[in-house]
Amino acid sequence: MRKRIVSNGIVIVLLALAFAIAPAFYSNESVLFQMMVFLALAQGVNILYGFTGYLPFGYVGFFGIGAYGASVSISLWHTPAWLAMIAGGIAALVAGGMLSPLLRLSGAYFAIGSLAASQVLYYVVSNSNLQNITNGPYGVNLAAVFNDRASYFAMLLVLIITTMFVAYLRMSRLGMSLVAVREDPISAGMAGIHVVRTRTFVWLTTAVIAGLVGAVYAWHISVFYPDTVFDLSISIFAIVFTLFGGGATVLGPIIGTVILYGVYNVIGVSDPQYFQLIYGVLIMVLVLFLPNGVLSLLRRRGIDVP
Amino acid sequence: MSHNLLTVTGLTKSFGGLKVLAGISFTVAPGEILGLVGPNGSGKTTCINVISGLYKPDGGQVIFKGQSVTGKPLHVMAKAGVNRTFQIPKPFKGLTVKQNIEVVQHRQGAFQVVDNPLEFVGLQKFQDRDASSLTSGQQKLLDLARALASGPEMLLVDELAAGLNPAELVEIARRLKHLSERGVALLVVEHLLGFVNELTQRVIVMNAGKEIFEGDLDSAAKNERVVEVYLGQ
Repeated sequence: MRKRIVSNGIVIVLLALAFAIAPAFYSNESVLFQMMVFLALAQGVNILYGFTGYLPFGYVGFFGIGAYGASVSISLWHTPAWLAMIAGGIAALVAGGMLSPLLRLSGAYFAIGSLAASQVLYYVVSNSNLQNITNGPYGVNLAAVFNDRASYFAMLLVLIITTMFVAYLRMSRLGMSLVAVREDPISAGMAGIHVVRTRTFVWLTTAVIAGLVGAVYAWHISVFYPDTVFDLSISIFAIVFTLFGGGATVLGPIIGTVILYGVYNVIGVSDPQYFQLIYGVLIMVLVLFLPNGVLSLLRRRGIDVP
Repeated sequence: MSHNLLTVTGLTKSFGGLKVLAGISFTVAPGEILGLVGPNGSGKTTCINVISGLYKPDGGQVIFKGQSVTGKPLHVMAKAGVNRTFQIPKPFKGLTVKQNIEVVQHRQGAFQVVDNPLEFVGLQKFQDRDASSLTSGQQKLLDLARALASGPEMLLVDELAAGLNPAELVEIARRLKHLSERGVALLVVEHLLGFVNELTQRVIVMNAGKEIFEGDLDSAAKNERVVEVYLGQ
């Protein structure tokens, strides 16, 4: 147990240090920021999928709601940016609460249900009848509060808190209970675990994580449209990154995001056609040969990964 | 005030048009072992599923320690002191054998049945292995250990014997009897009448969701209706 605390601690400290000092060495800060966005979202997917088995294809819905929650708070009530970030988290929490009946579904049905739900959120937000609240399809301009430095470190904070929560799940009874619910909800009930409450707690937590990430993202880019923050490829990236590294671990989503988002930035922007080919092949190979991610190669050899 | 631990009255349960429980009633006293036997499809497992909270009954009542627990969810039943094993074992396969026990939420002031559930069922030596690596018989014992970890006063045992070898059967029967001596009541659903005979003389024979006989096993074997449902006319 002590070993685990140390190894998880090392991962988190290294992660924090890397992103804290990277801007001094690497000029393209937006790549670093985007990588943190995907790291945090991948950890959110990791908590939900890795520990409970729900694959949230519509995870971007909470991201978008968080972005708009923060934007509305700034443009309508002129709140300071930090309060707007919390408003984004709360907006995602409310959306998560409203969508919690989705947890009655499982497997592919849940995946499709959550996908549909994210589209519902998108159409509500981008509806031109709501122009005086969300500015409908015409997008948001938060230039008044723009602060790329502060928002960069706010994202780092969200990322570290999220990663610490994953580490906590890895080591705690709560995490063990979640795995039990994932493996067999009936036996989990007989083990005295309140299955519905446990699942709902995790669902709302992951909603808040995506909401906070979306809110900080909105603050950082400051000008965006509904399509930007409800883009389904955001969900898909976060899911693929998590699956690539391996769910229910701290390190898996980090490895997945750093490698795959790195690949995306090297060839995805200049040669998108090759990038899609490589990604497609990679996903097929993963599903066929490494369904538990690259970290399962180490686990099979009995190495305990954080 | 009755002295019964569990009282079941007029339980009914249908799946679609099929009436699986057609009003079954019985009582179990603290520390008593009751065998629930009957041919395939007679409603034995459904009866356990309803008592343990897996299914809500259509009618009837389940009273545990003087309180109605009819249709209460699984975790509430587990905390109240009712636990069970499963015909098809249901361990947490992604966890180790030891974690399968550690994950159990102990209720306040748990009725301590055994100090070490894994040792009790003889799985101590496998504690660091993945639960998925156990044989199906061992997985059933792990289910039993998990049930014991919650400190039950009423244990519902569903077809534990199938999949165990004769030597294991004798041993597990001895241990189940030991549990009842410590005050745990057992409701044992079983196909193998020999195994039931090891445990108890008091049985209820079910057929088509109804009780057709209650009494001792020897008389059951001589009862005309029981012989008829088992062997046909």
